[in-house]
Amino acid sequence: MPVVLPGEVIQTQHKTIKLGPGLQQISNPEEKTAMTVTRAGTLEQNAKGNQFWVEGNSRRYVPAAQEPVIGIVSARQGEGWRVDIGYAHQASLDGLAFEGASRRNRPNLKVNSLVYARVSLAHKDMEPELECFDAQTRKAEGFGELKGGFLVRCSLKMSRNLLNPNYFLLPLLGSRFPLDTALGTNGRVWISAKEVKQIIVAARCIEAADPDGGGMDQNAIKKFISTLDL
Amino acid sequence: MRPPSPSIPEKDFFFSALDQALRLDGRDFLEARPHSLSFGAELGHVECSLGKTRVLAQVDAKMVRPEPQRPFEGLISIHCELSPMASTEYEPGRQSDEEIALARMLDKIFRRSDTIDREALCILAGERVWHLRIAIHALADAGGLLDCASLACAAALRHFRRPDVEVVGANEVIVHPPALRAPVPLALHHTPYCITFACYRAAPEPSAAAAKGAGAGTVAGQTETAPRVLLDPAGLEHRLAQGMLHLALTPQRELAVVHKAGGLPLAPGVLMGAVQVAARRARELEAWLDVRVREDWVRKKVEVR
Repeated sequence: MPVVLPGEVIQTQHKTIKLGPGLQQISNPEEKTAMTVTRAGTLEQNAKGNQFWVEGNSRRYVPAAQEPVIGIVSARQGEGWRVDIGYAHQASLDGLAFEGASRRNRPNLKVNSLVYARVSLAHKDMEPELECFDAQTRKAEGFGELKGGFLVRCSLKMSRNLLNPNYFLLPLLGSRFPLDTALGTNGRVWISAKEVKQIIVAARCIEAADPDGGGMDQNAIKKFISTLDL
Repeated sequence: MRPPSPSIPEKDFFFSALDQALRLDGRDFLEARPHSLSFGAELGHVECSLGKTRVLAQVDAKMVRPEPQRPFEGLISIHCELSPMASTEYEPGRQSDEEIALARMLDKIFRRSDTIDREALCILAGERVWHLRIAIHALADAGGLLDCASLACAAALRHFRRPDVEVVGANEVIVHPPALRAPVPLALHHTPYCITFACYRAAPEPSAAAAKGAGAGTVAGQTETAPRVLLDPAGLEHRLAQGMLHLALTPQRELAVVHKAGGLPLAPGVLMGAVQVAARRARELEAWLDVRVREDWVRKKVEVR
């Protein structure tokens, strides 16, 4: 896959294409489908060649709609909260964007508590908005406040890797001890396990496997775990 | 924007781990993160890393007229820069409090402790002296920035060599290019190393935690009710510290700076224990730095004999 830099223009034969993160459509009068790159990385496409995205690693999160993120509540604001998601701006989370929330029965989040939420609005000129439920079904589907456990910070690439069901790390950790995780695409991973030691092991493995940190592969991680006190 | 404070689960987990005498990165209480140095093409250009914290230090010298009240002394200035590159917590533009604190500490450690012989920087009394400019750039901040910056600064001062100069007659100065005459190292009186400790209140139930931590991993003089002291705090440890202690000292156990601005009170015994630990670490760093700087000097082949 070719390495692309911001500003490069890419043209395709396909008439209808879908653009993922790091690409933006540009209008041109010659009726050609063209897009410009907004992020450095490798250009990836699906087998059919009608979906494109830029894969890369970074540490600063830029929200995109529908992505799960972990935020830290930084302040109360009217009916909702201001949440830090690692972006340049704070996101807003409405008090009614929870399962079963109504005007009378609203969840009570304290400042500095953790929430697992989905980005419902991401626009480059507007403040991002979060929601803790599925807007169609109004069910929580795992979103909401995260209590206990520990928050691990990693690179954005690592957090995307962890979301991939074929990635080795979480099944490997799960075979050693039971653990709960909440994966945010904003480089934050919440882990909960019974013992403090187990959480520390999980956090150190994520750090060691992070392409931005240790960059270990499956065998190296296996060896690494066996050296740890569990 | 103010940096977001650690979330409630992070804070709770950190203290429950501390109660079990565990650190988040698996280190012992008195174990520092691994450090490394890499040297640039120029003399005096050093990049130092301490764990994930990275600092670039660069020393350069130029000739200036000395201050009229001190005609025999060279000038030294230390500049720090904390840009958003280091961490998302720093903003561009206005100097932040952290930046000022870092610059002042480095000034105390290297300038006010008389590390550099200023009179050796004099070329022609009242006319020409060397002005040493030390630039510190934080490349990544994962806690312990001051320790890393001071180590980078010490390494840069050791690594740097100024061009050889010759005074001919009354006021003619000849600067010899490095190809003709080997550049001269700086005259350093001593090299201070800054070592940071984070202090936390004693465990609520001292029995379990203290029994575990009472082995080799604690500062001497630390009893069950004494505060817990961690060497080289990183990230969360730094943010959640209830008191910080910065010690700058030479391998010969001469204290240059003791900086304990508020926070948890420390008993004299604990403080002395921390000084002992710091002295040991300063000796290790000195030996390591010596070897690394000499290696690079040999590799560069500036001097041909």
